[in-house]
Amino acid sequence: MSDAAKQITLTIDGVEVSVEAGTTLLQAAEHAGVVVPHYCYHPGIPSRPAQCRMCLVEIEGQPKLQPSCVFPAGDGMVVHTTSETAETARKSVIEFLLLNHPLDCPICDAAGQCMLQDYAFETGQLRSRYAEAKMVLGRDRVADDILYFGDRCIVCTRCVRFMEDIAGDNALVVAQRGHKAYIDTFPGKDLDHAFRGNIVDVCPVGALVHEDFVFKARAWDMDSSPGICPGCATGCNIDVNVKENQVVRTKPRLNPDVNSYWMCDHGRRSLVMANRGVRAEAPMIRQAGELEPASWNEALAWVAGELDESRGIAVVSPGVSNEDLFYTRALMDRIGIQGGTFQVEQGDEVTLTGFPKLKLRADRAPNATGAELHEFRRSEGLPDVPDGATLVVLGDALSGAPADYGANAGFFLYIGSHMVPAARNATAILPAAIVPETDGTFVNYEGRVQRFHRALRSPGVARPTWMFLSRLLEQLGGEPGVREIGDAFAVMATATAGMEAMSWAGLGLRGELLSEAGQPAVAAE
Amino acid sequence: MGYPYSHDLEVGTQLSRHFGDEKARTLEGWKELGGYATLPKALEMDPDAITEVVKNSGLRGRGGAGFPTGVKWSFMPKEPNGAHYLCCNADESEPGAFKDREILRWVPHLLIEGCLIAARAIRAQHVYIYVRGEFFPFSAILRDAVVEAYEGGYVGENILGSGWSCDVTVHLGAGAYIAGEETGLMSSLMGGRAEPWIKPPFPAQSGAFGRPTTVNNVETLAAVPMIVAEGADWYRQWGTEKSPGTKLWCCSGHLERPGTYELPLGVNLREVIYEVCGGAPNGKKIKAVIPGGSSTAMLTADELDCAGCYEGMAEAGSALGTASPIVMNEDTNIVSAMRRIAQFYAHESCGQCVQCREGTSWTAKILHRIEEGEGTGEDLDTLYHLCEQMTGRTICPLADSVVFPLLSSLDKFKDEYEALIKR
Repeated sequence: MSDAAKQITLTIDGVEVSVEAGTTLLQAAEHAGVVVPHYCYHPGIPSRPAQCRMCLVEIEGQPKLQPSCVFPAGDGMVVHTTSETAETARKSVIEFLLLNHPLDCPICDAAGQCMLQDYAFETGQLRSRYAEAKMVLGRDRVADDILYFGDRCIVCTRCVRFMEDIAGDNALVVAQRGHKAYIDTFPGKDLDHAFRGNIVDVCPVGALVHEDFVFKARAWDMDSSPGICPGCATGCNIDVNVKENQVVRTKPRLNPDVNSYWMCDHGRRSLVMANRGVRAEAPMIRQAGELEPASWNEALAWVAGELDESRGIAVVSPGVSNEDLFYTRALMDRIGIQGGTFQVEQGDEVTLTGFPKLKLRADRAPNATGAELHEFRRSEGLPDVPDGATLVVLGDALSGAPADYGANAGFFLYIGSHMVPAARNATAILPAAIVPETDGTFVNYEGRVQRFHRALRSPGVARPTWMFLSRLLEQLGGEPGVREIGDAFAVMATATAGMEAMSWAGLGLRGELLSEAGQPAVAAE
Repeated sequence: MGYPYSHDLEVGTQLSRHFGDEKARTLEGWKELGGYATLPKALEMDPDAITEVVKNSGLRGRGGAGFPTGVKWSFMPKEPNGAHYLCCNADESEPGAFKDREILRWVPHLLIEGCLIAARAIRAQHVYIYVRGEFFPFSAILRDAVVEAYEGGYVGENILGSGWSCDVTVHLGAGAYIAGEETGLMSSLMGGRAEPWIKPPFPAQSGAFGRPTTVNNVETLAAVPMIVAEGADWYRQWGTEKSPGTKLWCCSGHLERPGTYELPLGVNLREVIYEVCGGAPNGKKIKAVIPGGSSTAMLTADELDCAGCYEGMAEAGSALGTASPIVMNEDTNIVSAMRRIAQFYAHESCGQCVQCREGTSWTAKILHRIEEGEGTGEDLDTLYHLCEQMTGRTICPLADSVVFPLLSSLDKFKDEYEALIKR
């Protein structure tokens, strides 16, 4: 339509803004730097019932206040979001919402990140006029892993509409009506959709909480780092929330090109679970038949001395960063090992009807595309190790391998994070940081290079693989080792097809697609 | 004809003439009484000509809002671009109103004929008659009539050989007051919760099943056949310039002769209550009247000299609504009556808008406390504040429905509240 691009000009709180025709007042206000408080409106959920009545604004010439989340901006309109009428209306909405609210902020997981708490403080109503007994609804389990605190619920129906509009599964409904209304599963249905966890994220208050997070951490006690979900090939952008060096939860981070506001439950669990098992905490070298701990200097010098040009094989993991893969490839080139394989765990694909680009993809690893880009080959199962050959293992490639795997190798270099049984056959163990403990990049299914950042400290003296391998290469006569991820990326980018024009800083937090030279074959999807 | 009471002031049009006559329920009987005479005429008319007649008659929506029916029909797209729907709103749930019920159970064929003529005017191919769930026995009467009409060739394929087809479906609601609001009705019809939606989109743009839809009240549609048959001027012989025609008045409460009466619009309300209905029984005095169903502002006994039409009742500070005066005598406790009304609306709030969901139940709780003698002086201020914050802030007017009677009772019967608070 011709008027889609038509610009209109209006005044919001004294600020003149120009927006496209069809923009809602709430969105137009954002252009003017004004945030109109709202509950039921969520930018990622298409349905707009305009039912919370929090975003009512005054429009000159309109007899009634209008909900800015649906009211279209008009040319020459004069809008007041903070006029006395609008403020009073907003204040009364907060008063209404707090009537039966338990005010259990001291034990509520949303406290500190709660839109009800924020606006209640903003409107400054410290005393309630409500003399009646509060209604008590109690607590329920809406899914295996999600709790519903009915008393905290403000019935904004974001969760119901997420399931309906985005997940395409009407598992949630509003039960009862009026002041008795609450959220429940549809009779006879279970809330078991693979993307159900998003209902917790869209909840503006503390009504929906993941059971594995409940009472675990206060909002202000957590640190947050931008990350990339390692659960599958999609590469959802996430925030990793950490308390006391433990990942307590992961939340989706907006990236309209990848995952919008959403992520799946498989992904949510993947990082929380990443630190299980026995970690390799210090370098170890085999001396007199026994693995002995060593310092990094000792270990790297010893390995540099022992490794010689030889035939051999390499097995890598599609769960490690491009930088790790690049330096592993560089080491292999230096010592004359060619090829190299990786395995990708497979699972069922699950689509999200309301945002089809986002899927839980069958490839349950974040960087299979990156591994292919660095010329590793996808294979089923582990390759046989020829007797006396050199074996290089990177990442968690040996999880589930038989305990005697690699025992017949001539030299077995294990660059990994976990002490899986087969790792005990290694000649040398270089303890690597796992994904949330280091910075790096992944390449997702469509060839998008995305940065993830360090969220945790590594145990012991485990270090990022790219960092210690660059030092090992230096000892083998190569370039000086790198200490900064930006440098490691730069070294890699110049040598990697499709990344030539990229820089760490330039990638930003939304990532960049590989140029044509590096595009994966699967990108046609 | 066995119908409880009648009065000289009554106008016995097709609308109410056959109330109480079981013969009118059957197709055969109804035809004998002159039924289905207008449909052939309407089938020969251009749809827009039908709309024009109704527009000229000045017929206004009988569901309470009083929107001109012909104007509403003219909002429907003229170019056929797919399905259009007509929804007949038989979800009569306003406390005090029982006029649609009488039409459903005594003259169902009149309603069917009205629906068909309206459907032709708005180019609809399907009529949904949404009957409130509690009207189960009456919906059965209507359903039987629809079946007979199908068999008689008045509904369905190629109606009366005209080449025009239209289906009629009787849909039973599940018992929600707010399904009587037009968007709530369509939400419920489509299988959802009876939750009103915010306009735009207006029903004439995107209504039931996303198609252009018109929603009309039962009494409105039942008036259509006689208007189309006799003409706009004939209909205008009754009523006022702005509110032409006759109206079914549902009079209830403390009255000597409560019931449904067809009276011309503009009739004096005092006359309706004292003359037609005989005033309060046992020589009691009347204290207050809620004139248009429970959602309108109360009038005191001294304020009853007003014209019973849309503009007249507005002038008197209330509303005609569904023309259902609820009369309360001198023994009535206004606070209790108001508490009961607030409780009703709290129970019926769909729960979408915060002001309505929380405000109606809070109002009911405060009123209950005052009624029990536990009220405080602050409560009246709170009630006034609630009235202010619940008006015009919500998607549909359910919250306003509490405010109108509450505010008027606070203004006009403040002494009763204060007496209970001081006790």
